[in-house]
Amino acid sequence: MTGVIEVSGLHKSFGHTSALDGLDLRVRTGEVHGFLGPNGAGKTTTIRVLLGLLRADAGTARLLGGDPWHDATTLHRRLAYVPGDVTLWPNLTGGEVIDLLGRLRGGLDDKRRAALLDRFDLDPKKKARTYSKGNRQKVALVAALASDAELLILDEPTAGLDPLMEAAFRACIEEERSAGRSVLLSSHILSEVEALCERVTIIRAGRTVESGTLPELRHLTRTSITAELSDVPYDLTGLPGVHDLHIQGTRVQCQVDSENLGEFLSRLTRVGVRSLESHPPSLEELFLRHYAAGATGVTASSAGSVVTAHGASGQEPSREGSCPRTPDGRSF
Amino acid sequence: MSGLGRALAGTGPLTGLALRRDRIMLTAWVYVLTAWAVGTAYSLKKLYPTVAAQQRFAATVAHNSLFIALYDPLFGRSLGALTAWRISNPTALLAALMSVFIVVRHTRGDEEAGRLELVGAASVGRQAALASALLVAFGASLAFAALTAAGLIFLGLPAPGAFSLGLAIASAGWVFAAVTAVAVQIAETARVARSIAIAVVTAAYLLRDGSAAKGASWLIWLTPVGWAVQVRPFGGERLWVLALSAGCTAIAVAASFALSARRDLGAGLVPVRPGRERASGWLGGPSALAWRLQRSGLVGWTAGLAAIGAVIGILTPAIGTLVGTSSAMGHAFTKLGGSSGIADAFLAAMAGLYGLVAAAYAVAVTLRLREEETSERAEPVLAAAVGRIRWAASHLVVAVAGTGVLLAAAGLSSGVADAVRTGNAGQVPRLLGAATAQLPAVWLFVGIAMALFGCLPRLDVAAWAALMAFLLLGQLGPLLRLPQWAMDISPFTHVPKLPGTAFTLTPLIWLTVAAVLLTTAGLAGFRQRDIG
Repeated sequence: MTGVIEVSGLHKSFGHTSALDGLDLRVRTGEVHGFLGPNGAGKTTTIRVLLGLLRADAGTARLLGGDPWHDATTLHRRLAYVPGDVTLWPNLTGGEVIDLLGRLRGGLDDKRRAALLDRFDLDPKKKARTYSKGNRQKVALVAALASDAELLILDEPTAGLDPLMEAAFRACIEEERSAGRSVLLSSHILSEVEALCERVTIIRAGRTVESGTLPELRHLTRTSITAELSDVPYDLTGLPGVHDLHIQGTRVQCQVDSENLGEFLSRLTRVGVRSLESHPPSLEELFLRHYAAGATGVTASSAGSVVTAHGASGQEPSREGSCPRTPDGRSF
Repeated sequence: MSGLGRALAGTGPLTGLALRRDRIMLTAWVYVLTAWAVGTAYSLKKLYPTVAAQQRFAATVAHNSLFIALYDPLFGRSLGALTAWRISNPTALLAALMSVFIVVRHTRGDEEAGRLELVGAASVGRQAALASALLVAFGASLAFAALTAAGLIFLGLPAPGAFSLGLAIASAGWVFAAVTAVAVQIAETARVARSIAIAVVTAAYLLRDGSAAKGASWLIWLTPVGWAVQVRPFGGERLWVLALSAGCTAIAVAASFALSARRDLGAGLVPVRPGRERASGWLGGPSALAWRLQRSGLVGWTAGLAAIGAVIGILTPAIGTLVGTSSAMGHAFTKLGGSSGIADAFLAAMAGLYGLVAAAYAVAVTLRLREEETSERAEPVLAAAVGRIRWAASHLVVAVAGTGVLLAAAGLSSGVADAVRTGNAGQVPRLLGAATAQLPAVWLFVGIAMALFGCLPRLDVAAWAALMAFLLLGQLGPLLRLPQWAMDISPFTHVPKLPGTAFTLTPLIWLTVAAVLLTTAGLAGFRQRDIG
């Protein structure tokens, strides 16, 4: 089965700045695919190439089985797009923009339009210039979701939405998924991606660093372990794959690489385990680990010390200590 | 800190920021204005090198309503007086427009873009942006005044006249900077603020033009453009007239600060009313969108040109009867109008003016494409099932057809005004033809702007530079006695001087072909390039 988006080895540079440096991305038909990366990693550039707005320097990109550059107009009938930074024509009302964008794409479902306006609590009679960032985003979202497109390309669609609207957005995407539509969701909100996406692609500096299902990605990284032992352990230091080891008496806290987990646990049982808590790595940890690689000030291990709730539950991760809130704003 | 001091806190850094952002644009404006003024004095000096020659020329043009309508009244017989007569009118207009653009850009423009919010959250007073915009606009006019005075003194003209001429023109810039400061408080968008301010400038010029009519000379005292003339540089300077400009400026500035202190950031005085819940049935394609975005602009420009045309139509019969005796003046004017009949020469020169205004409209409308692109509003349209060519063509149609509407309105209104006054409708088709004959030259600017947008989008402002360059060439070229090949660079040189001379189709065909080629090149380039 071919995917709705097949990108491999994509290169794009602007002058001397390289924006995409061999990027790969595969979105299968009917899946919600998370597209993650720090600011400036090339997410929007990739999306613009897929929309035929930018021409790739090298590599291949296929969209819905066609060429995004040459077949742009015909392909665009089958997709809907929400830009990351929604700017609207200031003297048109939100309702007019929704209708216009729908008609430009080839029509929209009036019933769904009304239901979405209600759901997102958007007043369509207001002039676009009076809308806040969040309301402009809602205009673009309603226009996209009210279409009958096979593929939704959403570039950080919830960046300006309040938590209530974000919940409404999640419900909408769940419905799109059950309706069999494919979604490419670029986002910074990791709980959202964990809750919505079957597969995730993480990019950094124009290159794909991880791609797969969440369980697959978790497998590649570390598990947090907290254990109460029956005795003070002596021979835990220097083990391969063990990071951030803290021993306070009989209490042990650390991060362990997946492939070394078995050996580490057997060491613990040799000492005697009274209680054991283990957390699979959250997407946030995965993300921070990749983002932080090569960054100054934040190392993989400090990112790894975050203990969070579990991925698929969709809860906001709880945190410990004074870890950075978001990976934004750092130099990469 | 006092209340005023708090409100103005940060004006210094903001002024520095404005100067940094506009360093090229400001330099270009001041350069064009100064070059126009000093270049005119230089070329008049070349044409009429002796005092006797200058006085002979001055005698032929003095107190002549044709020349008053085209330029200004002549006060004095010296080279300086002739210079002031020739340049006051166009340079004051340019200084006024410069002020409008500067003030809108750094107040409502920044506010609309959300940049003022960023700045306003810093330790910056609520009036600082307005104050710094006015400082920059006043400073630009002052720089022009100083440079022009220096240039004229260098050419050997007396210093008092040189300074008063510079200040007289600069004062028009100041008044309209202050008027614009009020307009940006009233309107909620930069586009509307600019339209209001330009409408006031146009009205001021129409009053000035109207003052050339018999018995209406008092009108000149109602308009800031008239005050600039009444300073009478090199003709027994009356510097007290500058007090009128200064007073008007002070009142408008005070009003703008008062209004600005009472309104919220982002709000205008006219509240926004809710609009339609659903788009009308016709608003469904890129052409409909382009029309929706451009229609109010077209209405405004058409109304402005129609008003100018009407005033000219009212003035023309008076000019036709007043002159026609002085053969020397007729000869002098033939150089500018290119025709033997004086009234026809005047009308031909006016048709050239319509052409220039329509060309400015053509550039503005075509470059709207670039504005849509850089503001990322083009993105959702192009991400829908709209091809690039179709999207670009939607705005090009407005430019091509809109310029036709503009020129037809100007020609028609001047013809009708003439007919109403003389009771003879014979001028209507002649003037309509004269105005629409400008179309191919105007379309060339659609081509230039489209070629830049498609192939060199970052240099789109060069379309405005080209218009300015051709304007200067048309004004200074005949005075400098530039060779024909140099004059031929400007598309306006090739337009037959209608009414009055024979109509020739060939140059119009070539201009149209060039416009089509440039547009095609632009579309081809746009198809290939990256968006954004």
